[in-house]
Amino acid sequence: MSLTAKDKDTVRTFWAKISGREDDVGTDALSRMLRVYPQTKTYFSHWTDLSPGSAPVKKHGKTVIGGVADAVAKIDALSSGLLSLSELHAFTLRVDPANFKILGHCILVVMAMMFPNDFTPEVHVAMDKFLAALALALSEKYR
Amino acid sequence: MVKWTEEERCTIRDVWEKVDIDEIGPQVLTRQNIISFKRHTLATFGDIFTNTSILNNPKVAHRGKVVLRSIDKAVRNMDRIQETHAALSRLHYEGVDPDNFKLLGDCITITIACKLKEALNPQVQAVWQKFLCAVVETSKIRCQKYVGNNKP
Repeated sequence: MSLTAKDKDTVRTFWAKISGREDDVGTDALSRMLRVYPQTKTYFSHWTDLSPGSAPVKKHGKTVIGGVADAVAKIDALSSGLLSLSELHAFTLRVDPANFKILGHCILVVMAMMFPNDFTPEVHVAMDKFLAALALALSEKYR
Repeated sequence: MVKWTEEERCTIRDVWEKVDIDEIGPQVLTRQNIISFKRHTLATFGDIFTNTSILNNPKVAHRGKVVLRSIDKAVRNMDRIQETHAALSRLHYEGVDPDNFKLLGDCITITIACKLKEALNPQVQAVWQKFLCAVVETSKIRCQKYVGNNKP
């Protein structure tokens, strides 16, 4: 399944709407991932505080959502555009790619929560496809 | 059997009290069908081949309410979800890919997130996810049981 031109436009348009609140989205999504799916805490055992909204969670949430924003800008060439991030996740961080889907779901929940009137079913499917494509691009260097 | 604390029971009931089945049911199934490419499971529903047709399909809306009524039964019988949903087991075994249960669960959470907004905080979502997992796993166990025993 690939992103259509309409999907890409929908993603760009919705991303523009959430502009200014991306850091909140990142923090909340990461907070939820750690709380709702506690097995993901294993990657952050070096943090002093994994509670929702803590300083390390805020900082890393901002980093993660920055990566998603970068992917929106590179939506026409995700695989090549995210190569270095894929290498980081595969060889240094060694994150099981199954966790990309978990974080993707948490991002969708936060978007639905924060922008209920804009997160229509059409926006939902476009963002879902985009996050799936992003996860696939991040998995590029794993094999 | 899943064990629930009193706090978890209250959390799930609090979430569910805010859900209007007639309002949320159609939205849940609309989202699931727009997102899923496995639309053939609803082949008897008429036109479900575009987002617009799904949004306007009365059978999709009705099925959404039916699905949420079954979730309502599970909320009211949290200690007996498997028995409560036993009547649905043959129906699902005969035509539903178990992967769809998880997708449906995710769509329920996202639709509820639109409704509850900040009330669905991380702690509440964690408990709600535990409940949905219990419902989804019950459905999967039924499918595996019937497939494994070759029961009709």
